Amino acid sequence: MLTATDIGQIESFRPKRFAQRYGVDPLLTLFVLVTALYGLIILYSASGQSLSMVIRQGAHVVVGLGVMAILSQVRRDIIVHVTPFIFAFAILLLIAVLVIGVGAKGAQRWLDLPGLPRFQPSELMKLALPAMVTWWLTRRQLPPTISQLAIAALLIVIPVALIAKQPDLGTSIIIAGSGFFVIFLAGISWRLLAILGGLGVASLPVLWMVMRDYQRTRVLTLLDPQSDPLGAGWNTIQAMTALGSGGMFGKGYAAGTQAQLKFLPESHTDFIVAVIGEEMGFVGVSLLLILYALILGRCLVLTMRAQGHFGRLLSGSVTLTFFVYVFVNLGMVSGVLPVVGVPLPLISYGGTSIVSLLIGFGLIMAMQRTKRVLSGES
Amino acid sequence: MELSTGVREKHLIQNRLMVAAIGGACLLILLVVRLIWLQLIETERFQTASEANRLQTLPVSPARGLIVDRNGLILAENRPNLQLLLVPEEVDDIDVMVSEVRSRIEFTDGDAERFAKNLKSRRRPRDPVVVKDDLSESEAALIAVDLFQFPGLQIEARPTRFYPYGGLTAHSLGYVGRLSLNELQAIEESRYAGTETIGKSGVEKAYEDALLGQVGVERVETSARGQIMRSVDRDDPVPGADIPLHLDIGLTAKLYEALGDRRGAIVAMDPQTGGILGLASAPTYDANAFIGGISQAEYAALQVNQDTPLFNRALRGQYPPGSTIKPMLGLVGLHYGAVTWEKEISDRGFFQLSGDDHKYRDWKKWGHGRVNIEKAVIESCDTYFYEMAVRLGVDQMSEGMRWFGFGRRQGRDIQGDLPGILPSREWKRQARNQSWYLGETVISGIGQGFWVTTPLQLAAATTAMARRGNFIEPHFSVLEDVDAGSPVPLGDSMDWERMIDAMEDVLHGERGTARGAARGLNYRIAGKTGTAQVFSIGQEEEYKEEEIEERLRDHALFVGFAPADSPSIVLALVIENGGSGGTTAAPVARQIFDYWMLERNEGERAPDETYVSAMNQQVLGYGNADSN
Repeated sequence: MLTATDIGQIESFRPKRFAQRYGVDPLLTLFVLVTALYGLIILYSASGQSLSMVIRQGAHVVVGLGVMAILSQVRRDIIVHVTPFIFAFAILLLIAVLVIGVGAKGAQRWLDLPGLPRFQPSELMKLALPAMVTWWLTRRQLPPTISQLAIAALLIVIPVALIAKQPDLGTSIIIAGSGFFVIFLAGISWRLLAILGGLGVASLPVLWMVMRDYQRTRVLTLLDPQSDPLGAGWNTIQAMTALGSGGMFGKGYAAGTQAQLKFLPESHTDFIVAVIGEEMGFVGVSLLLILYALILGRCLVLTMRAQGHFGRLLSGSVTLTFFVYVFVNLGMVSGVLPVVGVPLPLISYGGTSIVSLLIGFGLIMAMQRTKRVLSGES
Repeated sequence: MELSTGVREKHLIQNRLMVAAIGGACLLILLVVRLIWLQLIETERFQTASEANRLQTLPVSPARGLIVDRNGLILAENRPNLQLLLVPEEVDDIDVMVSEVRSRIEFTDGDAERFAKNLKSRRRPRDPVVVKDDLSESEAALIAVDLFQFPGLQIEARPTRFYPYGGLTAHSLGYVGRLSLNELQAIEESRYAGTETIGKSGVEKAYEDALLGQVGVERVETSARGQIMRSVDRDDPVPGADIPLHLDIGLTAKLYEALGDRRGAIVAMDPQTGGILGLASAPTYDANAFIGGISQAEYAALQVNQDTPLFNRALRGQYPPGSTIKPMLGLVGLHYGAVTWEKEISDRGFFQLSGDDHKYRDWKKWGHGRVNIEKAVIESCDTYFYEMAVRLGVDQMSEGMRWFGFGRRQGRDIQGDLPGILPSREWKRQARNQSWYLGETVISGIGQGFWVTTPLQLAAATTAMARRGNFIEPHFSVLEDVDAGSPVPLGDSMDWERMIDAMEDVLHGERGTARGAARGLNYRIAGKTGTAQVFSIGQEEEYKEEEIEERLRDHALFVGFAPADSPSIVLALVIENGGSGGTTAAPVARQIFDYWMLERNEGERAPDETYVSAMNQQVLGYGNADSN
């Protein structure tokens, strides 16, 4: 039974006001939810019709949404204050991984502490690093000075180096990116940016020197996947074959031969978009891209609305990092970027990835809450 | 101032955000373009690649045709055989795999050796190698449970050639074996896509083309690990044709029984068609051992066996024909006028060429007295034929004998037979680069000297006698019953009948050389005995003395046919170091003739199974070096 007042309230429903009052942004939540549901549907097919895997992933989403909602309630100034401690804690964990970590396939990425679920400390760093850089840069006026930038660079390089040593090239690049986005948004001068860019290009040979063999192979394979079709090129070739053979409308749900006959590697994790492309075609991938565009657009809007420089810089960095995830994953699967092991956000199977993404959205939401609401005024 | 700085900073961040958003949008567009290229423009290419991934075309091997005897008994069949196979390309560590297999099923050193040999032999890429043959159901089950742990290992029920009569048919049917490197280059590869074996010798080789059949094709959907998910479509293979033979397995068993533990060969032919009714070469071996690859030890045992069981004496044994050719040579002499039916000589036990002291001795020390050509055949008088040979001359002798098929390979579907030697001036010049001596003509007159023949040739020549002057090529299969033979243009039918009468007297006459073997005969046999000198022993010096003596003894030969006036069987047999043809070879022939004429029950076609298997045991037992 709706009363006139109720109807009036419904008619006057404004997402902005709702978000600023209650923290949780309804539109972003909706987009994330739809994307995650789409992911669950695809996962059922990509996992070879494993219902248990879908249920587990569903649980990850629910937990993530819960954490997001809680985080969106936290006061901005508290977040600002705990940032250095979280960052220091994350650094400690990364060192711990190198010392007592566990892993597979030659990489040591996990921490298996008693009483806690197994997790990757690098996931924590994905948010701790941009927050820390933001914290550092917003202590002074923007744009930052050279000496501020030098410290910021150090804040980025230390965790990135620790992660790259695991080794986890994909994550370290993304984390470096998230730190860089803060500096970029903080207004680093274009000239300095150009100089840094030049230095970066110049350091590529050095990077090549420190890369592991398998990482080099991946880069070389990108340049010519056919050079080793059964070895390093296999993943790329099979993923492109899956995408390409899907055509406009795909081969039908759960009917993709590349995925179902296991020609496609990592079909439920990093390469899951190839399953979408094969079974749902260009239409299915486009739908996904539209969902991502909506999420990114909404994140941009929230960033614009974010309170204070800290809020804006952190929100902006999280948004851009999310974009990098999407771009790197799709680029890798479609064969324009090397295979670096980055999951497709909100779709790939894996609890840590989903939860950390949703924590990021929680932070964005927390950053746009107004003081008024915080103090309880209406 | 504070505020305006704050606003300026806010704008700075927002500007940068806009730049980033525009940059991001550009990158997203790049991705979309890439997706359009992949999914909408190059679709066909990737669909083809995807189908190629998914679908595999597998050859389906056709069932090899059966080989059946004249009564429809199966001599070569295909037995289901559970094999443990391994694709070496898919296995990381073969030794580990073998030890895993060893821990589950019985895997003897012999198995290991055979496997190692199979692994080494050349094969097409990805062709599976047999790890163990003939798995029992329970062994297969033990492996099958854990098969998923071992990529590259598979169990397959593949039909394998089986010869129910084993050693009895080994020298006539031959056997199939793994395709060798040379054969791989010679065959039409697509026809053998699903087949790993080929007829190596005998009938199996002669009729390879017909027995093979037509390969089928199955398209299957496979997973990335090569696991077959389902069959998409299938073209059934066409089984190979069955090959009916003239061979009578009951008679063949009798041939081996008659030979007993002696070394020798017997060829039995049907004079109506030229079909080979039976072929024995003793000792023999079990061809089934060769199918799955024989172990080195087994093969070595067969090879070093002094009695050479692998040697096909019937087709490749080259023996001096001795006196067995006298009836034919007599017809040649009559034809060229070297002798007449009336001509008589006085035999004092030897022959001498004028101006030469050398005495060419008759086997009978004091001679046969007055001898005409008939008596010369019946009593096998050597002196008569020495003299006739000199009159005839080597050129006419070899020209006439060529009509009987000597000195060349026998044609049709016979594989691997040797041509023997029919000596002539021409032959000696080419083969030895020497001129012909008259003395060599003399000894050729009694089938000695350079002259060597195979038992098969003797059977074919005797068949021409039985057919009263018509030569027909010997052959195994009824498929080769294609012509009526070619006339032997020597003399007229009276000459042939008269010569055959003389051959009958070899057994039935009072002074015939084989009269001892003819006691109590109630049907007529025409025949001729032969005793061939062994003159080359060479390297056998290291053998024991008694052994040398045994091996130096003459070969005993007999050729003949029965019934004499309308023959249904022709026999040619050689018993190595058997001594005299009359006392050793003729009684063996008698046993066989009796079986064919009297004991064989036409109504009851299959030979008694226990009898055949007992024969097989005896024959193979002899072939085994250890039991000697």
